[in-house]
Amino acid sequence: MTDATSQQIFHDSESDLGHKMKWWAGRVAIYGALIFWAIICLFPIYWTLTTSFKMAPNVMKGAMIPWVDFQPAWLGWKSIGLSPDTIGAESTVRAEFLKRFMNSAVISLSASALAVVLGSLSAYGLSRFSYKFGYMRNSDISFFFLSQLILPPVVLALPFLVLYKALALLDTRIGLILLYTLSVLPIVIWIMRDQFATIPTELEEAAMVDGLSIWGAFLTIVLPIALPGMVAAFILSLVLSWNEYFFAALLTSSYANTLPVMVASQTGSQGINWWAMAALASAAILPLIVIGVVLERFIIRGMAAGAVK
Amino acid sequence: MSTEGDLLHVVTSDNISPSRIAFGRAVIWGAALLLAVVAVLQTLQETGNVDLGFTNWRPTLYAYLTWAVALCWGQVLIRGEKGKRTLFVLPAVLFVVSLVVFPLIFGLIIAFSDWNLSSPDGRQFNGVDNIVQMWSDPFYWNALKNMVWYCLAIIVEYAIAFGLALMLNAQIRARKFFRVAFLLPLMLSPVAVSWMVGKSMLELRFGPLARLARALGWDDPSFFENPVMARLMIMLMDAWTFIPFMMIMILAGLQAIPREVQEAAKVDGANGWRGFWEVTFPLMLPVSITAILIRIIFKLKLADIIINVTSGGPGGATDSVTSFIFREYRDRSNVGYGTLLAMVYLVIIVIVMTILMKIADRWTRPQT
Repeated sequence: MTDATSQQIFHDSESDLGHKMKWWAGRVAIYGALIFWAIICLFPIYWTLTTSFKMAPNVMKGAMIPWVDFQPAWLGWKSIGLSPDTIGAESTVRAEFLKRFMNSAVISLSASALAVVLGSLSAYGLSRFSYKFGYMRNSDISFFFLSQLILPPVVLALPFLVLYKALALLDTRIGLILLYTLSVLPIVIWIMRDQFATIPTELEEAAMVDGLSIWGAFLTIVLPIALPGMVAAFILSLVLSWNEYFFAALLTSSYANTLPVMVASQTGSQGINWWAMAALASAAILPLIVIGVVLERFIIRGMAAGAVK
Repeated sequence: MSTEGDLLHVVTSDNISPSRIAFGRAVIWGAALLLAVVAVLQTLQETGNVDLGFTNWRPTLYAYLTWAVALCWGQVLIRGEKGKRTLFVLPAVLFVVSLVVFPLIFGLIIAFSDWNLSSPDGRQFNGVDNIVQMWSDPFYWNALKNMVWYCLAIIVEYAIAFGLALMLNAQIRARKFFRVAFLLPLMLSPVAVSWMVGKSMLELRFGPLARLARALGWDDPSFFENPVMARLMIMLMDAWTFIPFMMIMILAGLQAIPREVQEAAKVDGANGWRGFWEVTFPLMLPVSITAILIRIIFKLKLADIIINVTSGGPGGATDSVTSFIFREYRDRSNVGYGTLLAMVYLVIIVIVMTILMKIADRWTRPQT
């Protein structure tokens, strides 16, 4: 009897305690895995950014943490003319870098814009009307567009090389813009088709009753609703065409080079200026990192579009 | 996408006068005639019959563009409201046809010719010589075999991506931070990755990964000397960039599963592991297959990292088809042979992808 009274009546049973332990173990495991993978994802970026502030001995020693392992210096950024003391002065390296940067920006922005315009129009048309081009019906046309995804760039590369030579489009921005538009168009159509399918046709019907034409209804009613999808498609295309290397390396030589080509052309095996290369690589990836951090929602939305029907 | 009937019903009374139709036809055919004339003139100059002072084929390009615009305009003139509907799709169709179908036809011609851009002879038709050469080219077959290895690596990538997506879908804090961090590798250009990871972090003397390997007891961490190791490194770098892609597609799929399904499974006594295998995984099958198929398509284009890190070495162990053809052109300017290899690659891809899609279709159908 005394035994029973001295015992707690309400207490955590053995199995409940085990549950709690298990819960904590689960938490630790999941956060451990998350942090581990975050390190895998972020370390190369961190390494590149810090290396651009290192000097030769720091690189050789493998210094990791600024101000602790090594004193940051502007050496790397100076070599592309973007350090504080060179930024005011004339600099040929900076001019070169900016030229490539502009090329990349102009080409990827216009290619994405063109792809979004062409892709949204055709995705809208395919989701609303039935067409017949010869024997091709809607589903055939959709398949025709999406099947372009399978086409590996290398199949088109050499014919384009010869064609562009004949058309004097080699080493021009227009040439690359056309190709990049072509390569992202299927993705844009994929995303936009999904987007338009979610917009009820009653909206346009109402607009047309009010006297708008098809194009009027599309431009004033449908486009504003579909805008988030268009932004997603645009950003995804921007990322893909900014990073494209294969066509740029093949079809440009001196005038229309993009940033990836510039980065690749300086990765000689001997006598690399680590800090200079790191600065160049950081400058090439920074715009995209900013886009990734700020517009992450849209990118995820774009990529998720095709996944869930 | 429904194929029968318009989803958006539009009733229009088009009174198109015969003269307008005639004008529309005249616009289209006039532009076509212009294109034909310019093309014939340029061909004549090319063959040396007349000299008109063209330095390139730009005039034909402009004539083609004029024709394309005329075709679009003519649609509206001839078919009125229906033509305006065609205008939604026609520009994209014209764009893709002119940028894919023409080069492909042109590529077929190149593929069956001996054409070295650096030799003065120009293009010479050589029938099936290129195919014979391909048949006995060990490097091409080796590159194809490598592509199979690279594609098999997708299974591992998929498993990791699924795990990450599950974690991001669980009840965790700082979800947004982890999502952004996991997404970032996808934003980086393969060229930058090949420098950042391939050249810098894997650098033998002082790269952080080489140091780590030495600290873990691997005395001579040679990442790119040994063929198997080098291929593995390429796979790792490619996986690093593309795992976020699959992860996000799977995450979207996970978030589309209603919570009730999981709760019902829990009520029925399914613990975490069984709940996953018997509820979540089957439900995710369609999304998984889409993600894997798209990933395969991207994987088949793999080249940038290989070109920049190993350029196919050691001894072609890391070559992908694309990087092999790229070097074939860069080193030997051999356009004809390179194009044939690419065409064969395309045929193989189309066959394999068709089979895969058929299988995938059969797999997913009973579940949905």
